[in-house]
Amino acid sequence: MKFNHQSKPMLAAFAAALLVLPFIIDSLLGHGWVRIADFALLYIMLALGLNIVVGYAGLLDLGYIAFFAVGAYTYALLGSPQFGLHWPIWAVLPLGALLACFFGVLLGAPTLRLRGDYLAIVTLGFGEIIRIFMNNLNAPVNITNGPQGISSIDPLSMGGFSFSKTHELFGVDFTAVHLHYYLFLGFTLLVIFVSLRLQHSRIGRAWMAIREDEVAANAMGINTRNIKLLAFAMGATFGGISGGLFAGFQGFVSPESFSLMESVMILCMVVLGGMGNIAGVVLGGVLLVILPEAFRHGAGPLQQALFGKIVVDPESLRMLMFGLALILVMLWRPAGLWPSTQRRRELMPDETVAQQEQDTVYDAAK
Amino acid sequence: MTQPSETLLELSGVCKHFGGLAALSAVSLHIKRGEIYGLIGPNGAGKTTLFNVITGLYQLDEGTFSFDANSYACCKPHLLAQAGIARTFQNIRLFANMTALENVMVGRHVRTHSGIWGALTHNRATCAEERAIAGRAHELLRYVGIHRPSNTLAKNLSYGEQRRLEIARALATEPKLLALDEPVAGMNATETESLKALLQSIRNDGVTVLLIEHDVKLIMGLCDRVAVLDYGKKIAEGKPEDVRRDPAVIAAYLGGEA
Amino acid sequence: MDILFQQIVNGLVQGSVYALVALGYTMVYGILGLINFAHGEVVMVGAMVALTVLQILLAAALSSVLAVLCSLMVAVAACMALGYGIERVAYRPLRNAPRLAPLITAIGVSIVLQNLAMMIWGREYHAFPMPFSNGLHELGGAIITDVQIAIVLIALLMMAGLMLLIHRSRFGRSMRAVAENPSAAALMGVDINRVISATFMLGSALAAVAGFMVSANYGIVHYYMGFMLGLKAFTAAVLGGIGNLRGAMLGGVVLGLIESLGAGYIGDLSGGFFGSNYQDVFAFFVLIAVLVFRPSGLLGERVAERA
Ligand SMILES: Nc1ncnc2c1ncn2[C@@H]1O[C@H](COP(=O)(O)OP(=O)(O)OP(=O)(O)O)[C@@H](O)[C@H]1O
Ligand SMILES: [Mg+2]
Repeated sequence: MKFNHQSKPMLAAFAAALLVLPFIIDSLLGHGWVRIADFALLYIMLALGLNIVVGYAGLLDLGYIAFFAVGAYTYALLGSPQFGLHWPIWAVLPLGALLACFFGVLLGAPTLRLRGDYLAIVTLGFGEIIRIFMNNLNAPVNITNGPQGISSIDPLSMGGFSFSKTHELFGVDFTAVHLHYYLFLGFTLLVIFVSLRLQHSRIGRAWMAIREDEVAANAMGINTRNIKLLAFAMGATFGGISGGLFAGFQGFVSPESFSLMESVMILCMVVLGGMGNIAGVVLGGVLLVILPEAFRHGAGPLQQALFGKIVVDPESLRMLMFGLALILVMLWRPAGLWPSTQRRRELMPDETVAQQEQDTVYDAAK
Repeated sequence: MTQPSETLLELSGVCKHFGGLAALSAVSLHIKRGEIYGLIGPNGAGKTTLFNVITGLYQLDEGTFSFDANSYACCKPHLLAQAGIARTFQNIRLFANMTALENVMVGRHVRTHSGIWGALTHNRATCAEERAIAGRAHELLRYVGIHRPSNTLAKNLSYGEQRRLEIARALATEPKLLALDEPVAGMNATETESLKALLQSIRNDGVTVLLIEHDVKLIMGLCDRVAVLDYGKKIAEGKPEDVRRDPAVIAAYLGGEA
Repeated sequence: MDILFQQIVNGLVQGSVYALVALGYTMVYGILGLINFAHGEVVMVGAMVALTVLQILLAAALSSVLAVLCSLMVAVAACMALGYGIERVAYRPLRNAPRLAPLITAIGVSIVLQNLAMMIWGREYHAFPMPFSNGLHELGGAIITDVQIAIVLIALLMMAGLMLLIHRSRFGRSMRAVAENPSAAALMGVDINRVISATFMLGSALAAVAGFMVSANYGIVHYYMGFMLGLKAFTAAVLGGIGNLRGAMLGGVVLGLIESLGAGYIGDLSGGFFGSNYQDVFAFFVLIAVLVFRPSGLLGERVAERA
């Protein structure tokens, strides 16, 4: 993405809007919504990480949340009363990212030569394995505290500055949710920056080439296995970082937060928004966090107003609407809400893929 | 360094089977540096299979081939590209949703080095390299005669342009051997003529060309030597005009598809 | 050592259920090349419908044999309709869309079904009524119930029927043709849409039966039961070689056996460190191992593997 001179003022206005956003949200919608905005940023980070794997390199990863879990548990175990360890954030976050990256390579190395759908199912299995271990590693040696999860996790703080306390600056009160907003915003922008830089680099081109036609990419001299592994590791690293931030922000982690449904949710953000397009992925992340929340808050009162009582459980109604929305949006815009202008069809339509496979077999037949 | 031998690619006794079908049986041939070598034969003769073997897409069952004085029995495609073999595909395989320019830039991948760190920091070396990649890619687009805006998506190019783009992408890897699988298939006479000129100038730049083609006129006018495959066997080899009169070849073509 | 035999029996029973569900995945994959993510929920719907019909009929004091048969029939019919609907809504409009689009709609369908079920049948576990006395038999030291015997027998019967249908009937022939090459099949006059619809319905019918079986075996139903079961069954399909019918059956049984044997012995093997609560992990470890060492599954895929 290149910004020309005319877009500079626009950019400045946009930046200013992002900076005051939490206060606007706070005054219009209330404090709880700033917290939701924080979570939205975390999810956007995750979605951007997954976008590298799915959107750029075209590898379908259904267990992405596992890397998030690795980051979160690393943070939780090294910064909570669980083991009485209270490592500083600058040590724990990178370590979580590194571990997630390590797991990414561990999983990717043997499996990345598999065809797309198989990769999907293997990653899905991996995600479940991680979750089951988190769930059960409380006996006979208690490591993860099992289903109860780990609580009283150290809040995020840097060099004596705690993000979980209210600070006053220029006569304005910055509460914990505001501070986390800025912290997460910073990280999100960093991830966006990295994604952009990668997208327009030699590596990014190699990823896209693999996505478009792996055989041709290989024949043009790209070491497809290594490049795919790189995408996987990068994605995992981002997942690990956001996991650590999540643990520190929420102060509590349990296996429940890392179910397959979460992986699916993040994948939906990427695909619904527009794979491979950073703006689209951000949009997807925002929508999928905000809309269900709005629905959760709105559905109960609305039913009260309409029927005088709660007819259906708002939570399941919310999920129902979510499911319906997924179906409708995909039917209406199969390439996502905001596909990259250049690449309307991110992954090959099915026929082309089948065709491709046929063609590999009989390069001559047609 | 020792004097490079005159032979660039040498196949000896190469066999490739698919189940009971011998797509290649004991094929031996050698290609000299700087020549245009034609490979012809009826449909299903095994020409593309031979390409797939020398570019590492298929592992050969028996025999060996050596390229540029190194012997390869089973080798990954990207290593062969690194060694200097580039190819095009019979049924065009471009990166359809990438621009023409990006397609060629991908070809530069194997001759460039910048990694994640360079991409993130945009350090001097990376920027210079990126510029060089883009510059060379533009050059190659012009060289093969694609005069569209370079940000046209590959899938939106005309058929002839797509074939040329594949050649540009292959040339971007700085090959010693350029292997072309039916590059003029589906082209009209003028397009064929200009592609012929392109191939000649590629050869004049010092790239050896291996050419599969059904167009006899093109083969006759372009190739220094020709080999004929039929049912996986090499049935003739030599100067085009000699091969053309070879009774075995005539029989293969008449029996095959006439 | 009687635990060994017992675990084998349990594994076979569970494996038969996996096999039936796996067939649904594999048929759809064979024909469309995509994962029908919502298939597990079809199993759940089958179980739920059967539960409701069974409750009503038993309350109406219908003879128990008739009640069971009727509820099974209704469940099968409901699931076939559902399978048809899923294909029409989630897959057909997207047949030429980017590859991930149908996967997302299938996920959407799965979420919708799960939550609809939760609204209709609630969050609680329901007891699945069994009008027969469920006799116990001893078999070489292992205990096997009537229901379990019935499960294995019915599963075998259905699989045999399916194989006959696929390999001997006209419909089976067109189905195989479409799986092999859709456009060629269309040129030969096969109505692709009908074949695909029928495939979904067939798979859903098997899923309904499987749903009935698990419910009868465990005696409980729950709106969330389809999820894990679906996942495991898909694993089984991949294990056997996706797109390959025999592979799905074999994969189901093998997975069932591995799971129950693994759960039975992991405690001993790991010196008590891991317990049977790791049962679910086996499926996935096996899956990863198989894909790494034998990517085309035990019996090989049907789709042409590229060289
Ligand atoms: N992967 C494969 N699996 C099975 N058979 C194959 C495979 N690849 C090629 N064949 C078979 O090998 C034989 C040679 O095919 P090849 O593509 O090399 O022919 P060709 O000379 O390029 O023909 P054409 O002129 O039509 O391009 C054919 O019979 C083909 O069907
Ligand atoms: Mg050919």
